[in-house]
Amino acid sequence: MTEPQSFTAALMLIFQWGGDLWEIIGLSLQVSLTAVLISTILGLPLGALLAVKRFRGHHAITITMNTAMSLPPVVVGLFVYLLVSRSGPLGVFGLLFTPTAMVIAQIVLITPIVVALSRQHLQLEWERIGEQLRSFNIGKLQALPTLFWETRAALTTVVLAGFGRAIAEIGAVMIVGGNIDHLTRVMTTAIALETSKGNLELAMALGVVLLVLSLLVNAAVHCLSQWSSRGAAK
Amino acid sequence: MIATNQTSVAVSFTDVSLALNGTELLKGINLTLTKGAFTAVLGPNGAGKSLFLRLCHGLLAPTGGKLTWGDEQVSPVQTMVFQKPVMLRRTALENIMYVLRNYPKAERAQRAQQALQWAGLEHLSERMATVLSGGQQQRLAVARAWALKPEILFLDEPTASLDPAACDHVEAHVKAMHESGVQILMSTHNLAQARRLADEVIYIQDGQVMAHQPVNEFFTQPGCEEAYEFIKREVAIV
Repeated sequence: MTEPQSFTAALMLIFQWGGDLWEIIGLSLQVSLTAVLISTILGLPLGALLAVKRFRGHHAITITMNTAMSLPPVVVGLFVYLLVSRSGPLGVFGLLFTPTAMVIAQIVLITPIVVALSRQHLQLEWERIGEQLRSFNIGKLQALPTLFWETRAALTTVVLAGFGRAIAEIGAVMIVGGNIDHLTRVMTTAIALETSKGNLELAMALGVVLLVLSLLVNAAVHCLSQWSSRGAAK
Repeated sequence: MIATNQTSVAVSFTDVSLALNGTELLKGINLTLTKGAFTAVLGPNGAGKSLFLRLCHGLLAPTGGKLTWGDEQVSPVQTMVFQKPVMLRRTALENIMYVLRNYPKAERAQRAQQALQWAGLEHLSERMATVLSGGQQQRLAVARAWALKPEILFLDEPTASLDPAACDHVEAHVKAMHESGVQILMSTHNLAQARRLADEVIYIQDGQVMAHQPVNEFFTQPGCEEAYEFIKREVAIV
């Protein structure tokens, strides 16, 4: 089959609702969205804490989070593998080669991104409004909802950046998920496998969906920043 | 020097000092601010005027000495307007409503509208506060302070970056607040403004309060050589 024929077959696969393709896409979204949700719940409060409060170890945590933003996914995969494998500390839970292990690996990858980027945005905003809020006798804890609200557009961008990293990642989920058919196969691992098998239709179909998802995330980020600046100029 | 009356004291400093990162920025401050007065804080750049205001307002804690807010059990309602107005990314009306969060909802909106009318900004109530001009933002900041019904208002060079028309607006509203009974403590570089508005002057240089006098006395017989030189230099520049 020539490349154009493969591409046509790939598009046919996408529009023929059902089958392995949508199962793989569904699992990818389920794993990445769960990881993003948990990373956001963990990361935003920590980012806010680093933004508004100085304490012993503040610099160490900040530097660690900044460094961890560029963690190699395969290293994270190896770390989580050791953690959840039979002989590891979480071995009793039998998580290896399950979607849960893949979610854990993605949380380890994304949380530093959410913490480090949200800290930057929140700290800049806190420098702008913090003293004024304190002059209204509003304590730091009381000020947090205002701080989050004032930076909502930037924080949404941070979360979308985390999702972009999660959905496109392959190294960690391959190691801890094992790319098992109908169980832990996600878009990136399936693309790698199908390409190596010469099954270009499915690989290309998944590639197109991944690209479209990437495009949608970037479009959402762009629209948000446009909306935010339009809102400021209203 | 101003004679202090302990029954009318609003803010009292006893040997107060402030050090940041090992550097003593304010030192040995002993004074009492007369309750109800309009006090201008003068001094050259870097003298410590803004730090002094932040200490008074409680945004900074003294590293030495004791600072007390009058003889009352409850600290007075106070707020501060900064040189660069700080606006939340919401409408002008919402910016005022935000500081009235402890009021009942209906009263909050009514009071915020009154504040906008008081400042002559009611036509801008639905505009985003962050896109108003510098002068409008500063008037909004003063209106927001007015809405809080403060007993003491701190102003840190509120007209420093405004054009003369905006400066007049802000001055008029600050003066109106003072006339309605609000005690005011304002740092400024503008000697004419201090003379126009203030009842008394605190002169700060190198982190020390060098003079604390009624305004007329300060300009005719400054309490220290440094204040005399400062006035002479500023007048020569004008």
